[in-house]
Amino acid sequence: MAGKTLYDKLWDDHLVKQRDDGSALIYIDRQLLHEVTSPQAFEGLRLAGRKPWRIDANLATPDHNVPTTDRDKGIDGIVDPVSRTQVETLDKNCDEFGILEFKIKDQRQGIVHVIGPEQGATLPGMSIVCGDSHTSTHGAFGCLAHGIGTSEVEHVLATQCLVQKKMKNMLVKVNGKLGRGVTGKDVVLAIIGKIGTAGGTGYAIEFGGEAIRGLSMEGRMTICNMAIEAGARVGMVAVDDTTIEYVKGRPFSPIGEQWDTAVAYWRTLHSDDNAVFDKVVELDGAAIKPQVSWGTSPEMVADVDGQVPDPAKEEDPIRREGIVRALKYMGLQPNQAITDIQLDRVFIGSCTNSRIEDLREAAAVVKGRKVAASLKQAMVVPGSGLVKAQAEQEGLDKIFIEAGLEWRDPGCSMCLAMNADKLGQGEHCASTSNRNFEGRQGFGGRTHLVSPAMAAAAAVTGHFVDVRELLN
Amino acid sequence: MRAFTQHQGIVAPMDRSNVDTDMIIPKQFLKSIKRTGFGPNLFDELRYLDEGKPDQDSSQRPLNPDFVLNQARYKDASVLLARANFGCGSSREHAPWALEDYGFRVIIAPSFADIFYNNCFKNGLLPIVLEEEQVDRLFREAEATEGYQLTVDLEAQTVTTPSGESFSFEVDNFRRHCLLNGLDDIGVTLEDAEQIRAYEDARRKTAPWLFNSVNQ
Ligand code: SF4
Repeated sequence: MAGKTLYDKLWDDHLVKQRDDGSALIYIDRQLLHEVTSPQAFEGLRLAGRKPWRIDANLATPDHNVPTTDRDKGIDGIVDPVSRTQVETLDKNCDEFGILEFKIKDQRQGIVHVIGPEQGATLPGMSIVCGDSHTSTHGAFGCLAHGIGTSEVEHVLATQCLVQKKMKNMLVKVNGKLGRGVTGKDVVLAIIGKIGTAGGTGYAIEFGGEAIRGLSMEGRMTICNMAIEAGARVGMVAVDDTTIEYVKGRPFSPIGEQWDTAVAYWRTLHSDDNAVFDKVVELDGAAIKPQVSWGTSPEMVADVDGQVPDPAKEEDPIRREGIVRALKYMGLQPNQAITDIQLDRVFIGSCTNSRIEDLREAAAVVKGRKVAASLKQAMVVPGSGLVKAQAEQEGLDKIFIEAGLEWRDPGCSMCLAMNADKLGQGEHCASTSNRNFEGRQGFGGRTHLVSPAMAAAAAVTGHFVDVRELLN
Repeated sequence: MRAFTQHQGIVAPMDRSNVDTDMIIPKQFLKSIKRTGFGPNLFDELRYLDEGKPDQDSSQRPLNPDFVLNQARYKDASVLLARANFGCGSSREHAPWALEDYGFRVIIAPSFADIFYNNCFKNGLLPIVLEEEQVDRLFREAEATEGYQLTVDLEAQTVTTPSGESFSFEVDNFRRHCLLNGLDDIGVTLEDAEQIRAYEDARRKTAPWLFNSVNQ
């Protein structure tokens, strides 16, 4: 008999009821809430006169709208009245229903996908949902983690379950060892470049292979975070010592006897040797170079020593049209060298790359260097108040500030520009976030997705450069 | 939720693949705490020439004449014909809210992004997957004929062209059932409350740490 994949195991362990029509009720262990996708869900509950099923399975924080300066002012520091209402509404809803929330002035506040793991609210083997597509991040812990819509947020609040259909299994295996200066971000961009933004649609992706095993939890979170950019709602990495080490001693992690039982269970959270996947994709990790996105979709990526594509060489008419449109929006020429792209701003942050290791990698590159005079702005936005504190303890803030980067307070910030941090029209930005869609970082703004080390290298040179040349 | 059984309406062809939810409803409009009123900002960046702001009267804004929904012949469209991977990107349910608020009831494409596809059903919007060649055909016909309409029958799972030709489509039974009857998913799930409790009891024995409260 064929063995089970990690996804099969997680699915079976959360199955409440299999319906005849192929849909199933899946139990949800943890729901994370933020201000943008929850207000209508709470409103729905209230209108229907329903109560949350299990209040203590929920954890909330405002992140999308919060300003990254003047945070001592709390909610009053939010200038935009509509943003302020949204944050106030979250506070009000959490207070009314008794849901734990790290409010804007709490040091534990941060981007939902950073604080879950940081608090041990994300534990291996859990099923986790959040009204945010990057919930796949938590799969790095061997979790079944889905992004969901607002109606589903309400559904989970009311029933602690989600109606799901089982997805197909895909294994993305990254063999070999990664080269120096090549990070989880480069790996996931290379994967998306290979399979495309719809390559994972309908699949739960497990990332495996030597290169993935060799990554820290931060690196694995970066990869799972962007599973959705490959079309997959779920991305996962099997549990190993790295996972268990990370989880140990976190505020919500189990202790004592519970810890031992948990670890014994967590050790089973990997695909069996004889498990069968519906699709397997392999990459040579040693061949992956630092990646830079040149277009308006995360699959439009190139090696840093490569070039912007030439639409004339693309045979497929829909793809050709896509390239033409992207180059026009991005203001780039066919065959232009990636290292010739001049930048206006640099953004280091977002749920993809704002954890302590990301900041360390960026700081190592800018240390003793200065931000290029041609840049309008280079900013670092830590993922949570605790990441910020840790970085300051290590002196990273001083390295950034001395080099001329701005050191901000935690939040989503310029990842989607819902707060005051945004790109001007036509500006090019080296960004460690996850989406380069048109207008994502500001109306007419041009986003290039890169790793923190590559963003840091771009900050000190004013254009893209192979970060490996700056590492000695 | 509004039930969906049959629908006949004008078709607007949007000839672009990978239309993401940022494009369907840009982020500045996500600050609303309501579910309605997103229609005027549907496809905001493509539809208007200026930068859209929340709480602004969109009827006074300069329209982009090249954008399909701004052409007089598609003014009353309620069926959106789209290309592959429609609705990719962010999970925002504001995307189907905006499409529905604008007046769309059906979206036809060769493929959809998962989360978006799922969100449509919760909002009385029917996403239909047809074969690439069939979608191509519909694009050609819709562009060639002014006032081109399609008839969609969810019960029979068919899309019928003005010439009477029918294409059938797949939709899973549970979603079809809920949409046909305008059923609220939560109510349906709560019918299984006992089973959910039984699951919790069993799980609490084998994995007690999952039930530790975060509210301490
Ligand atoms: S950092 Fe960006 S991608 Fe992540 S949750 Fe915030 S807005 Fe979404």
